[in-house]
Amino acid sequence: MSVLLTGILVLGGIGLVAAIILHFVAQKFAVESNPRVQAVEKLLPGVNCGACGKAGCQDFARACASADIETFKGLYCSVGGNSVMQQIATLLGYKTPERDPTVAVLRCQGSCENAPSKFEFTGLKSCRLVARISTSQSECPYGCIRMGDCVRACKFGALHISPDTGLPVVDENKCVSCGACVAICPKKLFEIRPKGKDGKRVYVACRNQQKGAVARQNCKVACIGCMKCTKIVPSIKVQNNLSYIPTDVDAEKFGQELADTCPTSAIVYTGKKEQ
Amino acid sequence: MLKISTAPHLNTPLSTRSIMLHVIIALLPALFVGLAVFGLNALLVVLTSVAACVGFEYLFCRYVIKQSPSTWDLSAIVTGLLLAYNLPSDIPLWMVLIGSFMAIIVTKMVFGGIGKNMFNPALVGRVFLFISFPVQMTTWPIPKPFEFMNLDAETSATTLGILKHSDIVDTSQLPDYWQMFVGNIGGCIGETSAAALLLGMFYLLYKRIINWYIPFYYIASFFMLISIHWLITGDIKYDPLTHLLSGGLILGAVFMATDYTTTPMSRSGKIAFAIGCGVLTYVIRVFSVYPEGVSFAILIMNAFVPLLDNIYIPRLFGRQRRA
Amino acid sequence: MRKKTFPLGGIHLDKHKLTSSYPIVDAGLPDMVYIPIKQHIGAPSKILVQKGDKVKVGTLLADADGVVSADIHSSVSGEVVKIDDIIDADAYPETMIVIKVEGDEFEPDIDLSPDIIRDIPYSPAEIVDKIRRAGIVGMGGAGYPTPIKTTIPEGKKVDTLIVNGIECEAYLTADDRLMVEKAEEIIIGAKIINKALGIQNAIIAIDENKPEAIRILSDLSKKYVGVNVEVCQSKYPQGAEKQLIAAITGREVSPAKLPVDVGCIVQNVGTVFAVYEAVQKNKPLYERIVTISGDDAAENLGNYRVRIGTPASFIIAKSTSHPKHIGKIIFGGGMMGVSAVNMDAPLTKLTSGILLLNDKDAVKPPETACIRCAQCVDACPMGLRPFAIASAIKNNDFAELKRLHTLTCIECGSCAFVCPARIPLLDYCKLGKLEVKKQS
Repeated sequence: MSVLLTGILVLGGIGLVAAIILHFVAQKFAVESNPRVQAVEKLLPGVNCGACGKAGCQDFARACASADIETFKGLYCSVGGNSVMQQIATLLGYKTPERDPTVAVLRCQGSCENAPSKFEFTGLKSCRLVARISTSQSECPYGCIRMGDCVRACKFGALHISPDTGLPVVDENKCVSCGACVAICPKKLFEIRPKGKDGKRVYVACRNQQKGAVARQNCKVACIGCMKCTKIVPSIKVQNNLSYIPTDVDAEKFGQELADTCPTSAIVYTGKKEQ
Repeated sequence: MLKISTAPHLNTPLSTRSIMLHVIIALLPALFVGLAVFGLNALLVVLTSVAACVGFEYLFCRYVIKQSPSTWDLSAIVTGLLLAYNLPSDIPLWMVLIGSFMAIIVTKMVFGGIGKNMFNPALVGRVFLFISFPVQMTTWPIPKPFEFMNLDAETSATTLGILKHSDIVDTSQLPDYWQMFVGNIGGCIGETSAAALLLGMFYLLYKRIINWYIPFYYIASFFMLISIHWLITGDIKYDPLTHLLSGGLILGAVFMATDYTTTPMSRSGKIAFAIGCGVLTYVIRVFSVYPEGVSFAILIMNAFVPLLDNIYIPRLFGRQRRA
Repeated sequence: MRKKTFPLGGIHLDKHKLTSSYPIVDAGLPDMVYIPIKQHIGAPSKILVQKGDKVKVGTLLADADGVVSADIHSSVSGEVVKIDDIIDADAYPETMIVIKVEGDEFEPDIDLSPDIIRDIPYSPAEIVDKIRRAGIVGMGGAGYPTPIKTTIPEGKKVDTLIVNGIECEAYLTADDRLMVEKAEEIIIGAKIINKALGIQNAIIAIDENKPEAIRILSDLSKKYVGVNVEVCQSKYPQGAEKQLIAAITGREVSPAKLPVDVGCIVQNVGTVFAVYEAVQKNKPLYERIVTISGDDAAENLGNYRVRIGTPASFIIAKSTSHPKHIGKIIFGGGMMGVSAVNMDAPLTKLTSGILLLNDKDAVKPPETACIRCAQCVDACPMGLRPFAIASAIKNNDFAELKRLHTLTCIECGSCAFVCPARIPLLDYCKLGKLEVKKQS
């Protein structure tokens, strides 16, 4: 009987002491959380991708809670898109920020065929490593290395390497324009552009700044800086032998013409009619 | 077309496969002694164990995880050999199969294959059999050197068993040191001959497959503790040389406690690991009901490896040396 | 007595010094040289010549742009035919001055006599100025302009000059041969740098696999006060600056600190020889010793004195008649060298060797599972855990990368060399460094 009693007393005592300690510790180190922040966080996708420029979804929610009612201080969750932002705005009583949906585009068409490999890389397949010891797969020093660092960086499975071209392909429906591919690409080939009306967008799929003849020699579909596109849309700028189409150019209106005019097919128009 | 790659452009000739090959070579002397002492039965156990380990690994890779089989790296052969070395020669062969299954499938492959297992596969196989079938695992055929075809199952206790389970030790029952050193004693197939195991150890040290910290600190710490115990009690039961030469201590210290995957990475971690093994072996052999403690000691220390890896990290160059 | 070495890690590279008994031979003149205007750390130099200009050996082609930059001189006499972006060894376009070789005329003030000039009549400032005008950079591979390393920064104290004769890289023997053939010049060069630094003590560090260099330099150094030879163990990467300082003096340079902070200056023997030639002979840096080696892709191995800007193909043609058998061309040694894409790329001030590998050796073996053998931990000279860095990269655990001190990696490649599972550990470390730099 006394054995039983000792056991009950000792264990009970330990339990009691632990409970008291826990109580005070919980009070002392209690994490104060803002209910508004928590509510916003619940609405967010919760992938912590960092596309918004914040350290994660919680950080974004905290920033939203203390943001400006009118402008949202430029905060925008591109992963959730307009619908999520609207919910957050309703919740916090802010003005809804509207943005055109965007998507990542690859500004290179240096496929295995257009720009053949000039060496055989052995070792750890990583674009960033190749970029440190050489230029790229092909003779074009600006082109895609085709090792898929962007594919591995994409948290949404929106990228894959096409077996035909060797180039990464963006899945428009899955891409949330978080910018991970933009950040990781050592050749800075990705750009976040507006999706455009009915998915129609026009852009120069080349980053080569070499002189026209050299660029063309290195890759069949290089931008040679011929200035023809600037005659159609004057706001297109050609710098360092490379044309850039600003995002505000009306793709529907000029896209087809631009793509047809480009002598090297470096300009890509996604709304191109099948012939 | 020129090939390019990042530096370095050279590699050591030593590969995973050649390391395993060296370990197998180092295990051969003990195998010869085992076969000479225990005859055909031992050969059957070894062959079954190796074939089962390789087979299980091949089948698991092929049909369960559907990857190209990793058996080419020879690690399954090492596991099979080590498992057989830890079994008595008259064990029923179906038990060997169960042991191999535990070793390869449960301990190694389900954790992710080579390099991912937490515990030494061969030891888990052995301990599983030891706990499941204590009778078969603790009856040891009497050594009959060079009577290869003799299949009579006369059994006796091991030296450590005699020491443990008799109140007053009859010293005439004990083999002399020389018999223990060359391996003419009862016990598991591969653990009897200290001479053959040490030969294997020197081969591995010469080839730089293992370094000396773990075998040395393991054996030294155990030897020191048991010597102190012996000096204090004066009991022949704790004769340090008998303890050193009999049982699985040398096999464990040279081949099991040095298994790459289940030991810490840093030098200081390895030393801590080895001393831990030595202390636990001493504790189990002296204070527990089991006569032998090497397997349990190493398995328990295996569980501490992640912790040791976190505590004992190498000193950074340019940082103050620890005083 | 135990020979000196660095405290942590290191590996033994055996049997790769194929050319240590081959005397230095003049490589001769190519038809055309391509001289990059950036052969050093820092800003590219400013071009002073134009297309059509006639130049002689030693004519200044480009002027240093700022402190961390270096002068570039012509290595041949002839006519500047082109100044353009030309593909270099890494296939990057770099601005180069192309000179068509005509004859072999030297600038008049260059002393070409073989006499050794032992007196040093110049003041420290004059010495530094001469070094600067000769365009000397660290020839071990870093390319750090030497004038900076011959002046002590304010508030710092230096007591020892270490002349780095540890050529620990696989296959390279250029420094070894230089020490054997130009021993006295190197000692005088060390005295010159000592005078510029205002210190008395110079240690020539040689590793034990160069017995001839040790013998010659030990004998000669007895004639010179304050110059001593220290024999070190043959271990890679003993020639790395921080490892060498630790080996010789026992002082460890903390991460993010410089050798000056522990009172040491390290100069490569090639640099020291160039300093001697610049100060005593008015000879700018227009040639260097290049080892050409390889196990069976190359037939005629050797150590060549090569004019800077010579295309690699010119040298390769000397060593093998079957360039098709070459699987990989490495500028530098086997451990840290850069595998080149372009065979016609020019040799620069920093190219210490050309290594040719056959098709089989050129391919890196496939990565297999880590068996936790801890060879990489034992090999790392910086006390890092490369296996952990690799797994942190695979898990995208960037906080862990910082905890593992990834940035202190010196990229010596010891970890990847010893790995029996053939994991490209150095590649993971390099990726890790990129990630950590990006995070901060």
